[in-house]
Amino acid sequence: MSPWTFLVEHRAEIFATTVEHLALVIIAMLIAILLGVPLGLLIVHRPVLRGIALGVANVFQTIPSLALFGFLIPIPFIGGIGKRTAIVALILYALLPILRNTYVGLTEIDPAVLESAEAMGMTQSQILFRVRLPLASAFILAGIRTATVITVGVATIAAAIGAGGLGTFIFRGVALVSNGLLLAGAIPAALLALAADFLLGIIERRLRVS
Amino acid sequence: MAAPQAVGSSIEFQDVSLRASGGTMREIVSDISLEVATGETLVLLGRSGSGKTSLLKLTNGLLIPSKGKILVNQKATTDWDRIELRRGIGYVIQEAGLFPHFTVAKNVGLVPTLEGWPRRKIETRVTELLRLVGLDPQEFGGRRPRELSGGQRQRVGVARALAADPPILLMDEPFGALDPVTRAELQREFAALARQLRKTIVFVTHDLREALLLASRIVLLQSGRIVANARREEFLQLEHAEVRAFAASLSSQAGDPA
Repeated sequence: MSPWTFLVEHRAEIFATTVEHLALVIIAMLIAILLGVPLGLLIVHRPVLRGIALGVANVFQTIPSLALFGFLIPIPFIGGIGKRTAIVALILYALLPILRNTYVGLTEIDPAVLESAEAMGMTQSQILFRVRLPLASAFILAGIRTATVITVGVATIAAAIGAGGLGTFIFRGVALVSNGLLLAGAIPAALLALAADFLLGIIERRLRVS
Repeated sequence: MAAPQAVGSSIEFQDVSLRASGGTMREIVSDISLEVATGETLVLLGRSGSGKTSLLKLTNGLLIPSKGKILVNQKATTDWDRIELRRGIGYVIQEAGLFPHFTVAKNVGLVPTLEGWPRRKIETRVTELLRLVGLDPQEFGGRRPRELSGGQRQRVGVARALAADPPILLMDEPFGALDPVTRAELQREFAALARQLRKTIVFVTHDLREALLLASRIVLLQSGRIVANARREEFLQLEHAEVRAFAASLSSQAGDPA
């Protein structure tokens, strides 16, 4: 059987697995954004915390993904076999680009603009939501975009710890030396990454001010 | 015009010192006592690093004195609600500090928006102010700051500072980054505008020519201390060495086409 007939015959299953994969990515990204952006805000004026946060996030990125999944399994509460552990690992991977870009975006703002905002009698929360976050938004989104593309790829490894997703096809394909199975995992994963990159790229360009 | 009545227009520095941050004993300004009367345009003149800008930031509470106090409308800046104090004081800085993600109209209308004015009233006020600073509201209202020239940005900065009709205006070298021709143009127009507005204005510059054009009174700072305080007409007669140094800079600029 040619790989193409395989893909066509299993399209329903491939589609369902792609949705499952996308769900892993979306859940992990949402949590990573909710953690990364506020943490990025927090470290702007705290050099010690900044060193620790960026350092730790950096270390997670350097751990080979399969090893990171493995390390998490024995950890109580967040570990074990399955989706939960996989999502935790994906969050740890996604954190660095989001954190770093939030920090850079906020520090790149012209100090004269912030001084004006303060001198005009804006409150700290008005400065945050009306000035700093809007001005940093293109940077932050660029970080989210990078993180999403990474996460789509890394999520294929999640199948190794029983989290499902497109990696399931790839691991089975490797084991059975089946091109059809490999492509059933690889093609949708590549398309997801390209689509995420493209769509988030459009939003990023809209947000850019100058 | 709904001027914020809370902030009156007199300013008084009572023996104010400001220490540099970082735990050093070095003082940026020392033992400053100074009164700015309602409706006067006081120019703070001095070299870079003489402490002029710090005096402005002490006035609107961006800096807090390490000694003494600053009274705005007879109330110490430390007793004011910081936000309320600043909404009653217009602030214009070099390069204007406009919000790059807002249109010109939104920049100008910011303080009224924060103060919760109705939308129609804000629009009317923005139109009025853009006309006042010589910008066509139709043409410029919808533009972003990056689509403006330096001089136009500075005009918007002045309009923005005036938006809620604050009784006090603080200006930190507002025309310093402009080319000589545009600078002279804005100085002339602003001198006329200041007479018309009758606000209490504190204007920082290192340019004696500009000081002589705009000031009713000139205060000269050197290394964080006041070394001269005189009416404009009397300033050039003073014998202090720093006054002479500035006066000399004036004559050396005589051939300057600006």
